[in-house]
Amino acid sequence: MLKDYETVFILTPVLSDDQAKEAVGKFKSLLTSSGAKIENEENWGLKKLAYPIQKKSSGFYYLLQFKAEGTLVADLEVAYKRDERVLRFLTVSLDKHALAYSIKRKSKSLNSQKVNA
Amino acid sequence: MAKNEIRYLNPPTVEVNKKKYCRFKRSGIKFIDYKDPNFLLKLVNEQGKILPRRLTGTSLKYQRKVAQAIKRARHLSLLPYVGDMLK
Repeated sequence: MLKDYETVFILTPVLSDDQAKEAVGKFKSLLTSSGAKIENEENWGLKKLAYPIQKKSSGFYYLLQFKAEGTLVADLEVAYKRDERVLRFLTVSLDKHALAYSIKRKSKSLNSQKVNA
Repeated sequence: MAKNEIRYLNPPTVEVNKKKYCRFKRSGIKFIDYKDPNFLLKLVNEQGKILPRRLTGTSLKYQRKVAQAIKRARHLSLLPYVGDMLK
């Protein structure tokens, strides 16, 4: 039974752009290869951290919202732990209110893109 | 005996405490987003500590959601664990 999840992870700022993209692509392919459906993704880009993590004070934030089996989250988190480019990650399951919120957020970001596109 | 009795010209108006209300119930917010730090800053004091219910007046159900969201935001370093002059 597919449940709704949302994961945010922070990549080290040392990465160049294509390394960051490649890292994100790795996690996305891990998700899609094992049957998850990615609903929404957001790239917040380089942001300042509120406190230094591993002596770094900024990082690439990336958000992935997806539907997946419950067992997939454990594999995803193992992949995060193994990858040393990831400073920090957080995977959260979405209840119905959270899901409604994220759908509204996605539509808001879509028409905001349309506005300035 | 009259020394300690202080007389005022007009009696000091003690601020009758206005009825506190739960801002989430009133505005119908159902989900508190942990990814949005500037909303969470309203619920945190200058040092980054979570404001208690007796000050904000939020109901228990939403206070737990607020606390959970703030802790998640701190984990993702969107909010500092101990900040100074956050406001």
